[in-house]
Amino acid sequence: MRLEPRVETPFYLWIAAPIAAIAASLVIAALLVMWAGAEPFAVFGLVAKGALGSQFALLETLTRATPLIFTGLAAAIAFRARLWNIGGEAQLYGGAVLAVLLGTGFLPLPAPVLVPLLFIAGAFAGALLLLGPTMLKTRFGVDEVVTTLLLNFIILLFVSFLLEGPLKDPMGLGWPQSRRVIEAAQLPRIIEGKRLHLGFVIAIAMAAIVWFVNARTTHGYEMRAVGFNPKAARFAGMKVDWVMMKVALFSGGLAAMAGVSEVTGLKGNLTLDLSPGFGYSGIVVAMLAMLHPLGVVAASIFVAAMFVGADAMSRQAGVPNYIAHVMVATALLTMVVGMLFTRFRVHWR
Amino acid sequence: MDAIEIVFTASLWAAAIRIASPLIFATLGELICERAGVLNLGIEGIMTVGAFTGWFTVYMGGDLWTGVMVAALSGAAFGLLHGLLVVPLGLSQHVTGIGITLLATALTSYVYRVALPEVTSPPKIDPFQPWAVPIFSDIPFLGSALFNQTPLTYLAFVSVALVAYVLYRTPLGLAVRMVGENPAAVEAQGIDVTVLRIGAVMVGSAFMAVGGAFLTMSAFNSFYFDMVNGRGWIAIALVVFGSWRPGKALLGAILFAAFDAYQLRLQQIVAGIPYQFFLMLPYVLSILALITMARRAGYPRALMIPYRKGER
Repeated sequence: MRLEPRVETPFYLWIAAPIAAIAASLVIAALLVMWAGAEPFAVFGLVAKGALGSQFALLETLTRATPLIFTGLAAAIAFRARLWNIGGEAQLYGGAVLAVLLGTGFLPLPAPVLVPLLFIAGAFAGALLLLGPTMLKTRFGVDEVVTTLLLNFIILLFVSFLLEGPLKDPMGLGWPQSRRVIEAAQLPRIIEGKRLHLGFVIAIAMAAIVWFVNARTTHGYEMRAVGFNPKAARFAGMKVDWVMMKVALFSGGLAAMAGVSEVTGLKGNLTLDLSPGFGYSGIVVAMLAMLHPLGVVAASIFVAAMFVGADAMSRQAGVPNYIAHVMVATALLTMVVGMLFTRFRVHWR
Repeated sequence: MDAIEIVFTASLWAAAIRIASPLIFATLGELICERAGVLNLGIEGIMTVGAFTGWFTVYMGGDLWTGVMVAALSGAAFGLLHGLLVVPLGLSQHVTGIGITLLATALTSYVYRVALPEVTSPPKIDPFQPWAVPIFSDIPFLGSALFNQTPLTYLAFVSVALVAYVLYRTPLGLAVRMVGENPAAVEAQGIDVTVLRIGAVMVGSAFMAVGGAFLTMSAFNSFYFDMVNGRGWIAIALVVFGSWRPGKALLGAILFAAFDAYQLRLQQIVAGIPYQFFLMLPYVLSILALITMARRAGYPRALMIPYRKGER
């Protein structure tokens, strides 16, 4: 088998590759569902119904998609520049910590001032958390994959310490949780009485901003150039290390916004289960979106629909909701294979 | 007992060897993959798979060594998947590896829930028991630290010697090392680069899975979802720390584990420091190890570079 780079990708492949990828992951999921003794089509129907079948389901899916858009954008922008940021989880919690640190009464400001401030402060914390590993990469050549992964564990332990120590809610009946953020720090709901909050709109806005920066500014051009060919970028006079830093600040900040948004929009306080792996799911989202910022929004909704739908399905059909995790992971792998065929032509023999 | 005295207790070193065992398997596995030029970030998930399949085999009535074999085979299966995706297809080893970890972890959780729908607390098995090596275990200090462990720990040490021997003293080992440095040269010898790399990744992944199985079949006696807890990532750091050499990697794993065992004991005598900071130490230590070694690191030259015939 030999792979030959394509000069041009036929248009149908841009459509066919993702569809084939999703179809392949559905087939694998169907086999697993059958093994669990259930009827695949019935199960998929229940997943779809649980994710999109009612206003409640749909809003729940969008609510779940919100943090994924942030972490997905964070991964997409970093991966574009070949900065392997796997530390979305740590950055998310970094943002969340800042949100409760400043949002629980420390800054008695009105909402229009306080909310943007919390997002900026949170993004700053996340940016710093990725800046460390990035500097270790550019200065010492330390692989950022491992350092960002290890930071996830360190930060989670640190948050656990904060929640049992300095940030512990005195009224929390001993649970490791922070106090609730003040009224002015809470994001308004988009529809009265429903869980979907302003964070979703902010996330979409960030996707638009990232798209604009990527496609229409020199910053974006440099970030892509550095990822595509660092040597050529350096030769063209770009300060590659500095561009990497910019990418890190941007990416870390975006992931942290997921934490701020979850605290101020949905949960109201910080607990150790604030994120059920949103940082890691963000990587899948970014890959499914082919690293395109606007694609991230669509991919986030798709992944969120899987999770929300599977939760509803498992209550009725008795198939474990982990099937959603399996489908999302297989979709990631089938997608990267699918994308390969848009770049290469395969010669058998 | 004060902080210094602890260092000279046999129980500390016995614990260190015990904590090191899964890391030795995992580090060895990652080392084999990377020596052949393939980064395997599937390690965390593959260890989880090994932990589950080994334990589950015994739970279903298999004997312990069958469990170890099943764990190794299931690890190799995921290694095959990783190998197929990154060697002939040349996909990003970072993305694929993370994908393998996510898939392996998710599949394990799913299979566990389907196979054991009713259980509330994880069922227990009879794990490997410590086996005192005759004569050697009577040596003072060293005997109780090193020669009164479970068989899997002995297997870990034997594996290090075996892998070192194969890598440095056999033609196969030479080919594996060369394929990580200069695959074109291997090709010129008439050896199939693709087969060699996939094979190395499968063997490496089998070791990782046995490392995971150690957790459920020797260290504990049941399976929990998050039990691997970053040990895979630590093993990747240990490979760098050990400069891609089995002996040094073994030393690194034991040093690391000794430190881990030490902090566990220190927690009990040092008051006032929250336990989370002690738990952080292994991860911080791994990062420090990476920083100190990164400058000197002799990476396999072709690590993470896909090989395509006829391309330069």
